[in-house]
Amino acid sequence: MTTLTTEPPPPLAPPPALGRRSASGDRAFRALTLACGAAVLAILGLIAISTTTEAWPAFKEAGLSFVTSTRWAPNVDVFGSLAFVYGTIVTALIGLTLAVPVSVGIALFLSDVASRRLRRPVGALVDLLAAVPSVVYGFWGVAVLAPALLPVYDFLDEVSSPVPVLSTLFEGPSTGRGLFTAGIILALMVTPIITSITREVFDTVPAAQKEAAYALGATRWEMIRAAIFPHSRAGMVGAVMLGLGRAMGETIAAALVIGSSPQITAHLFSSGDSMAAVIANQFGEAGGLHRAALIGLGVELFALTIIVNIVARAIVVRAGRMR
Amino acid sequence: MRRQFPRFASPVAVALAFALVATGCGTDETDEATSDGASGQQNTVTTVKEDPISATLDASGATFPKAFYDEAISQYKTVQPGVTVNYAGGGSGQGRNQLRDNLVAFAGSDGLVKEEDKPSYKGGELLYVPTVAAPITVSYNLPDVRDLQLDADTIAKIFQRQTTRWDDPAIAALNSGVRLPSTDITIAHRSDGSGTTENFSKYLVAAAPGTWTLGSGSTVEWPSGTQAGNGNQGVAQIVKSTPGAVGYVDLSDAKATQLQFARVKNKAGRFVAPTLEAASAALAGAQVNADLSYDPLNADGADSYPVTAPTWILVYKNQPDRSKGLALKSFLRFLLTEGQNLARTVDYAALPQTLQERSLAQIESIVVPAP
Repeated sequence: MTTLTTEPPPPLAPPPALGRRSASGDRAFRALTLACGAAVLAILGLIAISTTTEAWPAFKEAGLSFVTSTRWAPNVDVFGSLAFVYGTIVTALIGLTLAVPVSVGIALFLSDVASRRLRRPVGALVDLLAAVPSVVYGFWGVAVLAPALLPVYDFLDEVSSPVPVLSTLFEGPSTGRGLFTAGIILALMVTPIITSITREVFDTVPAAQKEAAYALGATRWEMIRAAIFPHSRAGMVGAVMLGLGRAMGETIAAALVIGSSPQITAHLFSSGDSMAAVIANQFGEAGGLHRAALIGLGVELFALTIIVNIVARAIVVRAGRMR
Repeated sequence: MRRQFPRFASPVAVALAFALVATGCGTDETDEATSDGASGQQNTVTTVKEDPISATLDASGATFPKAFYDEAISQYKTVQPGVTVNYAGGGSGQGRNQLRDNLVAFAGSDGLVKEEDKPSYKGGELLYVPTVAAPITVSYNLPDVRDLQLDADTIAKIFQRQTTRWDDPAIAALNSGVRLPSTDITIAHRSDGSGTTENFSKYLVAAAPGTWTLGSGSTVEWPSGTQAGNGNQGVAQIVKSTPGAVGYVDLSDAKATQLQFARVKNKAGRFVAPTLEAASAALAGAQVNADLSYDPLNADGADSYPVTAPTWILVYKNQPDRSKGLALKSFLRFLLTEGQNLARTVDYAALPQTLQERSLAQIESIVVPAP
């Protein structure tokens, strides 16, 4: 192959013509990709502007209390979203706490542990989880998971009562539907996303590095710690961020299992509400200021996602520097 | 009570009364309306033979009457096979918004349009067409209590969690001779914004003004410690599966889930069970305004069930498109004639005769452009 390309045959198109053509092609291509890139920004900007405009009457009515108050009473035009922000963050954190270790485990299994014959079917199965519509997760959560978890929650409540912090976290009474159940459903939904991205990242680790680790006498776990994780940190963070975005924005499944009561509580088994769930639940019947306030929740969720992303990235960068 | 047709009455059953109601501005119907003597004598349910129309009507709005509209749409296919009606649900608020922006041909709504919002409707003047009504039950789960009686004040206290046990003196006073258990009361309400919540809370505002403090709306601020379910079915499921639970559920879902429901004290002082007859009686007892808006909650009348929810179809008076306009009038006419008989089969209450006639007259006032 190399011998064919080393000496280009003379009768081919002369270099100047080729150069000119490729230059104009490059320019066109550059303009096209620039337009695509700019379109993303423009769309985001326009969404931000139009939603903020629509939400403005509610922001004006509620003022700062839109962000700081927990009282949400649309029928008397009182809009405070703090309880929903709390529910969004708590359920997403529960979801990620459960999903990340499992996802990384699956990804490692698929990239470095499983036999070659097993990798494809298991990988396909995990991807299939992502294809299940979220409303199905939601209904499954309401009909199967919540009733099944109720005795578990009651048991944990009883067992944990002498332990200081856990007794608060696990305190009842519960209906099966609540922050923790929503977290479990979210974990199920973000697992395939985090798994497939981290698996791709693990696959890019050079074989030479792994072999070098083995050559130094590392066990498989030591190899993973010394060769795979350091190489994949950025990609894994990206995967977790994508999962976090999905978890915070998940709507229907959360709306069905979260229990729908706007309260801030340390009791993880009791019901709460998340921003996306409130929008889904109340938008159909909302009019006037109520509708504006729900769109305002969307704006706030948008901002919150950006803030959480920035903060998470900053934490990771600092942690990386400290090593 | 007027007599109901059997469900599958001949699709072209025609009665005389319609001719009295029709104002003649509907130029599309032919004059060969013939009388089906056997069934047409005692009521006003009618159909007029129409020229075939070809059009698609997209609509959205209230989910409360959706089961009835869906049934009516499928039966309407036999009358006008060329007309496709898509009723998407989505909630009264969404229906009104989409009608305002001219995205749908009509909107189903459990509530009225506020005066100040009317100018923003792009299609001009709006008409209310009352279609059906239905009782909202106060359903409960107490296996040993076959018959429970409640009044507005007690319901208000229960749903505000001021009365927390079933053997509370306030409940016992209304149910002498009934052995009430000491079970804790669990409240089940809607998690989604809902016309049912709106009507239920409006009833409590009207009938228990001193006691009910949560106001009315599609979402109200329920006290903590209550349970929320999605849709009427979600609330019904909570009541079904939780001993001591009580919730407000529309009649068809309460029946489908085999719930027990309370008799509620009406304005005349009688305890009335939620039935279609009692709902129709409430409509008959309600004051109907000139634009056909009306409020059947806490209505007069000895047989009225007080928690009866109305629903309307909202349309523009001036239709821009001829075939769509004709199809719309034809479909609405069907809802108010044969549709009234279908209503019962899916647990909705038909309109009383006077309101039905006024509603039909309202439909005839819709203006369709000449060809």
